[in-house]
Amino acid sequence: MSAEPHYTLYHPRWYRRRVSVWWWLRKWSYAGFVLRELTSVFVAFFALVYLWQVWALAQGPETYAQFLARLQTPLFLALNTVAFLFVLFHTITWLNLTPKAMVVRLRGTRVPDAVIIGLNYAAWLVVSGVVAFVLLRA
Amino acid sequence: MASTIALTVARYRPEREAAPTFQTYDIPFRKDWVVLDGLNHIKDALDGSLSFRWSCRMGVCGSCGMKVNGTPKLTCATFLSDYLPGPVRVEPLDYFPVVRDLVVDLSDFMRKLKQVKPWIIREDEKPLANGEYLQTPEQLDTYKSFSMCINCMLCYSACPIYGLEPSFIGPAAIALAQRYNMDSRDQGAAERLKILSEHDGIWQCTFVGECTKVCPKHVDPAGAIQQYKLTAATHWVKSMLLPWGTR
Repeated sequence: MSAEPHYTLYHPRWYRRRVSVWWWLRKWSYAGFVLRELTSVFVAFFALVYLWQVWALAQGPETYAQFLARLQTPLFLALNTVAFLFVLFHTITWLNLTPKAMVVRLRGTRVPDAVIIGLNYAAWLVVSGVVAFVLLRA
Repeated sequence: MASTIALTVARYRPEREAAPTFQTYDIPFRKDWVVLDGLNHIKDALDGSLSFRWSCRMGVCGSCGMKVNGTPKLTCATFLSDYLPGPVRVEPLDYFPVVRDLVVDLSDFMRKLKQVKPWIIREDEKPLANGEYLQTPEQLDTYKSFSMCINCMLCYSACPIYGLEPSFIGPAAIALAQRYNMDSRDQGAAERLKILSEHDGIWQCTFVGECTKVCPKHVDPAGAIQQYKLTAATHWVKSMLLPWGTR
């Protein structure tokens, strides 16, 4: 920014507006953005639960059974549901944004956004399917 | 059909008041009138003291950017008929200091624009006798959308990051840097990387995406920034893995 002006006849006295703390409530798209940033907290939560699970597994069957019982308490069920919804929101908004960053050109023309989004969703489904297959097989 | 419509216009007269106020004018409603026509009617017939910038009236010069009912718009391309029955609130663009009424000071952007070197940089200029630097339509197509920017500043006004972190280089300047980076005739990408990959460059952007939504010329600054993040990250990985590879 230019230097702070002092009002003289020849130099305007500018008016600067402050950004309100509640700027993100002004528009749904701003609120959606802040929510998307917040999802990182829930991604971290899932990562911690996962680390806890690995730790419990290493401690032996008794600790692991305790871990599983803890997960089935109403508190954890509620927490996991909320976290799951946020992570889902994170994934969907993330995948919808991919064509902005990934510009793929085939034979001189740009691959349409919908195709890139579609391929990302397809990859997501395939990876989820493989993970489900490995887990449910046992 | 309504015969008049109310325009509620932000006024700021620094010699008179310490903060902006609003003044409402009733103007004739015409189907073919845009907000700028309404402002010109006020200036010509109702109140000659109202100040605002405009020039071409056809979405080319980028001078008449203002907030219309809270959204940054080119007032020459914003029809009054879309805001019936009114009132229509007209304010100066957000995040820039207001000089007077609807006029904001853009020197911050001008300084930043110069920083990203928006011109073709050549390591070696070939002699004029050798002719032009040729470019295929495909090569033109890679950057053409970014070259449509008219510096109207709607994207800065829509960007909450620019509001919160005024040092952010901002959407239009980065899109214009990309316009030259992706030009096949340009060799200045490394020089621009230094400025763009700094803290106040692309990494300030957290991808709100509003800049692209308000852009009247479909420049897609948000896309330019995300693509450049990918370029900068790839460059960084290369410089870590192969210290000689990026020289």
